[in-house]
Amino acid sequence: MTVFDRAYDDTVRVLDEDGEVVGDLPDLDDESLVEMYRHMRLARHFDGRAVSLQRQGRMGTYPPLSGQEGAQIGSAYALDADDWMIPSYREHGAALVHGLPLKQTLLYWMGHEDGNNAPPDVNVFPVAVPIASQVPHATGAAWASKLRGENDAFVCYFGDGATSEGDFHEGVNFAGVFDTPTVFFCNNNQWAISVPRERQTRSATLAQKAEAYGIDGVQVDGMDPLAVYSVTEAALEKARDPETDRPRPTLIEAVQYRFGAHTTADDPTVYRDDDEVESWKRKDPIDRLESYLRGEGVLDDERVAEIESSVEAQVADAIDAAESMARPDPRELFEHAYAELPPELERQYEEFAALRDERGDAAFLED
Amino acid sequence: MTETQNLTLVQAIRDGLHTELREDDDVVVMGQDVGKNGGVFRATEGLFDEFGGDRVIDTPLAESGIVGTAVGMAAMGMRPVPEIQFSGFMYPGFDQIVSHMARFRTRSRGRFTLPMTLRAPYGGGIRAPEHHSESKEAFYAHEAGLKVVIPSTPYEAKGLLAASIRDPDPVIFLEPKLIYRAFREEVPEEPYTVPTGEAATRREGDDVAVFTYGAMTRPTLEAAETLGEEGIECEVVDLRTISPLDREAVVEAFEKTGRAVVVHEAPKTGGLAGEITAILQEEALLYQEAPIGRVTGFDVPYPLYALEDYYLPSAARIEDGILEAVEF
Repeated sequence: MTVFDRAYDDTVRVLDEDGEVVGDLPDLDDESLVEMYRHMRLARHFDGRAVSLQRQGRMGTYPPLSGQEGAQIGSAYALDADDWMIPSYREHGAALVHGLPLKQTLLYWMGHEDGNNAPPDVNVFPVAVPIASQVPHATGAAWASKLRGENDAFVCYFGDGATSEGDFHEGVNFAGVFDTPTVFFCNNNQWAISVPRERQTRSATLAQKAEAYGIDGVQVDGMDPLAVYSVTEAALEKARDPETDRPRPTLIEAVQYRFGAHTTADDPTVYRDDDEVESWKRKDPIDRLESYLRGEGVLDDERVAEIESSVEAQVADAIDAAESMARPDPRELFEHAYAELPPELERQYEEFAALRDERGDAAFLED
Repeated sequence: MTETQNLTLVQAIRDGLHTELREDDDVVVMGQDVGKNGGVFRATEGLFDEFGGDRVIDTPLAESGIVGTAVGMAAMGMRPVPEIQFSGFMYPGFDQIVSHMARFRTRSRGRFTLPMTLRAPYGGGIRAPEHHSESKEAFYAHEAGLKVVIPSTPYEAKGLLAASIRDPDPVIFLEPKLIYRAFREEVPEEPYTVPTGEAATRREGDDVAVFTYGAMTRPTLEAAETLGEEGIECEVVDLRTISPLDREAVVEAFEKTGRAVVVHEAPKTGGLAGEITAILQEEALLYQEAPIGRVTGFDVPYPLYALEDYYLPSAARIEDGILEAVEF
């Protein structure tokens, strides 16, 4: 029996809240597990620093991810380098695992479009802000790969709120019809800004929505990185090389919690109870994996301290690198709108550039 | 000697799709009813039989899904040519068009570009039901990152479509369905392109410049011929691409005549006529000898067909508009 043959509410788990093994461990060696743990610590520390930078006015509005490291790192860890990631706007941890430098993520939220320009060997799509709008892209991109006889898999991230949008349904429906190698990964973090999961749908689970499109659906404990890894790995494998009677696409619902605000512009104390937040914090995915690895003798105080200091140094370096980037030249406003700049745009730029030459940057820039 | 066929506009579009499918394996045609059925206007007739269901793809009925999956395909380097069955049904896909199709290149600093061409039959005059006749090309012309092409002859339709499909940037290709079958023209069988972004002078004249595009080109030329018999010579410029607009051609024709009228079937407010008027104010004010006239659809929802002949600019209304500019 595969993970896809279970009831939609039969949540896949490998580690319980205390880090005890309650399911089938994935086939990962100790160093891989430590690496996964390190990525989670890195994502958590990065997130804290990012919120702090926003508070200090060094970064714009930022969507925090704390609490979701299990789902993000566990799933991204299952991807091959050739596979593609189509993120929403909160998958900084997943993108990091797939090779996107932290500096890029910082740049994007610091207002530099260049943050979306991943290195050419990193298969990540640009951040997508309009909710669920990236879902059809993931289907289309996967479809292109299939039509060209390539063998890549595509993972598309979105939240629970996205499952209410038309684009979710259209994108997943196309994937079902054309059997595209797409893994739809729903980060069900319980809240779409202030509106709870129960206000998005009367469905008992989000995983069961797969049924409507004739694809596989599975619910996984999103606070359990090893369970998320196992499920995603199985879904990717099926996307690349389906058994004859199984659809390529899968909808994974990773049940988890956003510990912090929707974005730094949001105050979650208005709409949710401290008790709820505390009860989910007891399921912290980082603590859970750490307990397991300590119990196995793979991690000890010394190794954890070493990881913590290397993570802090890595984030500090990324912040230095991002903050030392010069403000982009205004020519970049025009440069990429079209492959070849239309004459009128060239004229608009030249007019602006002449004025900038005459008046200097001070006439345009605040502070 | 180049072989030609005597084709209607919609047949020329079909021929253009056929040619590009043959020339480039990355081209796929996709949309509702484009496959076995050959399209509700027959624009894709026979293509499914020749190229198969992986190149000429019948999709589910879902405009956002059609545009959005084409965005994903194009990002991966394919050249999808999605069809929306009527431009009046583009709105469910509007978010994908403006939020992604238009912006992907800019947002990724050129790493991803979207070589996709979104086709739709557009405009009125064919006695269609409600929501089948709208001309909202200004929405798309307003959106930076897109090109918007509107052909008015069979020869150019094939060449402009080929240029659009080969363009590295996304193109909205609007097909005036009033003239899908209104006349025929010799169209070469071989591949060729007509460059986008360039207007064409359809008639030379010294008295007044008349700017138009798409289905309105014919009644405009008709009005120009009638006035020509009265000794009023109109220069008729067919824009062909409304974004990016051929400002040079517009300014040049105006400077030659000092008078201008813009004709389009889209509503007046916020339409292309206002844009052209503004360009002439910016660039050629001192040549101006009369107010710039606008002969357009009215600022009302597109009517059911009992009234559409009154709604659409007719040769008579166009004549009247030109006379006002000339007699000022």
